[in-house]
Amino acid sequence: MLTIKNLHAKVGEKAILNGIDLKVNAGEVHAIMGPNGSGKSTLASVLAGREDFEVTNGEVDFLGKNLLELDPEDRAREGIFMAFQYPVEIPGVSTINFMKTALNQIREYRGQQALDAVSFLQLMKEKMKLVEINQSLLSRSLNEGFSGGEKKRNEIFQMAMLEPKLAILDETDSGLDIDALRIVANGVNKLRNKNNATIVVTHYQRLLDYIVPDYVHVLYNGKIVKSGSKELALELEAKGYDWIKKEVAVA
Amino acid sequence: MSKGNQVLEEITSKEYEHGWNVNLEADEAPMGLNEGTVRFISAKKGEPEWLLEWRLKAFRLWEKMKEPTWPNVSYPAIDYQNIIYYSAPKKKATLNSLDEVDPELVKTFEKLGISITEQKRLTGVAVDAVIDSVSVATTFKEKLGELGIIFCSFSEAVKEHPELIKKYLGSVVPMNDNYFAALNSAVFSDGSFCYIPKGVRCPMELSTYFRINAANTGQFERTLIVADEGSYVSYLEGCTAPMRDENQLHAAVVELYTMKDAEIKYSTVQNWYPGDKNGKGGIYNFVTKRGLCFGDHSKISWTQVETGSAITWKYPSCVLKGDYSVGEFYSVAVTNNYQQADTGTKMIHIGKNTRSRIVSKGISAGKSQNSYRGQVHVLKRASNARNHSQCDSLLMGDQCGAHTFPYIDVENNSARIEHEATTSKIGEDQIFYCLQRGIDEEAAVALIVNGYAKEVLNQLPMEFAVEAQKLLALTLEGSVG
Repeated sequence: MLTIKNLHAKVGEKAILNGIDLKVNAGEVHAIMGPNGSGKSTLASVLAGREDFEVTNGEVDFLGKNLLELDPEDRAREGIFMAFQYPVEIPGVSTINFMKTALNQIREYRGQQALDAVSFLQLMKEKMKLVEINQSLLSRSLNEGFSGGEKKRNEIFQMAMLEPKLAILDETDSGLDIDALRIVANGVNKLRNKNNATIVVTHYQRLLDYIVPDYVHVLYNGKIVKSGSKELALELEAKGYDWIKKEVAVA
Repeated sequence: MSKGNQVLEEITSKEYEHGWNVNLEADEAPMGLNEGTVRFISAKKGEPEWLLEWRLKAFRLWEKMKEPTWPNVSYPAIDYQNIIYYSAPKKKATLNSLDEVDPELVKTFEKLGISITEQKRLTGVAVDAVIDSVSVATTFKEKLGELGIIFCSFSEAVKEHPELIKKYLGSVVPMNDNYFAALNSAVFSDGSFCYIPKGVRCPMELSTYFRINAANTGQFERTLIVADEGSYVSYLEGCTAPMRDENQLHAAVVELYTMKDAEIKYSTVQNWYPGDKNGKGGIYNFVTKRGLCFGDHSKISWTQVETGSAITWKYPSCVLKGDYSVGEFYSVAVTNNYQQADTGTKMIHIGKNTRSRIVSKGISAGKSQNSYRGQVHVLKRASNARNHSQCDSLLMGDQCGAHTFPYIDVENNSARIEHEATTSKIGEDQIFYCLQRGIDEEAAVALIVNGYAKEVLNQLPMEFAVEAQKLLALTLEGSVG
């Protein structure tokens, strides 16, 4: 589904990604871990098409398309979804209205008819149940005055609505207590199937107790320095990141 | 060049969508302004002697007045002798039905997307259409007549209801109120008059579409709405204008008068030609709008969505004379390219327990300048007056300006005045968040701006709110740089 080859990116003059290689197939969950400043969130942002980062080298293929040539909105319409670490507030715009606009623009791009009000409402009710979210929250201004947990749950609701092929969860566990974490993870798990894939970007192993990855990659200094199964995450949890840094230094 | 800038370039190079010219045989006054012009206009309209005298008095006052320079706008000096002060489409006779309307006019409405017939059938809105200063078609008159509601052109009202005009003309905005009000009083061509009798709730939104049409024609509308005791009316004013190279002066006067327990809700969507992207052309919109809450427990509510005009200079105001009277002002003013707006309101608290509320949302984009100017004045005998003002500014890009000039004068210690102000910028983060959900930049800006202006847009009648939302989006498309 997604093939990243030798990806380099910088912000200003500072190189942040220094040759990432990664292959993600349909049905898989990949966890990207690493110490602060290793480039995890940058990788997520580059894939989503954020302008602040300049790709200096490398290729990214998404379902046969050159992802780096697509505008951010077209990446979303092709099926990439990012759950933000810090979801922004948009005063006066309800989640419902926001999703209606998004869904219909995506459908238009795909040559589908806009959903009528009844079908939209039906879809919304179904997804609300799936991710355990109240309608009252969805009628409020997007993320305005939401708690940390509500914001993240709202992100997962949006993900459920847009049914992406590739979901990138950027530090979705940050700022969540254990109950919120469980609800969010449940939502993600329910949305998993053999046709979609998930990239979980996280600093801590904790989230991976709930969203169990098929592969774990450790990012350090803008490179994937170690890959393994879900046990690698446990090892990191036990030993911290220092041994990885040492390994890299020795190599 | 960033993507944002590219979009900005593309969109701002779009031409004004409502630009065209309709060939109605104009019947014009000679160019320039002197006593003769005033007499010409008055004669042309077959006015009674007292109204001619009123106009002449205004003209003589105007001659002695100086054009004000205090607003935060700049424009080349207006040559008042280089303006045609009267132009009217030729009429055969009084029209009884839409079939008699000039087909050219009907076409104009169709281009605007406002077919009178359709409106009549679908929305139940009575339309008093003003084209080039003279009312041509008035609908629903009979139905309104059954309720005793008068809704007609100003000239017609002068003929049919001279006692009302004589009593209320200039009662809210005196002819010497300001330079442009004096000018209007001298040369006003036509406009609308509305009277709601005691205890009548007007069952439909009354609406006037203004059009400025012939080249080099100043537009001097006059609107007077009188709501008698316990009555209610909602009035809509909306406008677009064809493209012009010369700047066109528009100096209208709107007077609202509410008696005891009466309420007037006045909504405006203003979309006159703003000039091209380089600031050439466009309408000068210098308007005096004021409402007098004369009776106790009366209410006047202004809602405006200002997207057009090269220069907008207006302060729809409320004089709260009756005890417990209420004044409201809800405004969205959008400026793009080289547009300038200096707009706001005045709330004059005279009666006891009077309340006022101001919600102003300014949006500046391009190289435009957008000022809020508002005054809250609580007079000595206005005990327990209350005001709440909220003035927000939204900036798009880094070459525009937003300014706030609040004036608060309180002469009574029991008054409670609150003023809140915020300035924000459409964040790249907000835009990116939308893009990541598959929403393109234009739609994202429309979404964010409409969200920002929601509190004001919610005040508009339904059909107007939809139009206003589209307008906001259209005016600002791609303005994030």
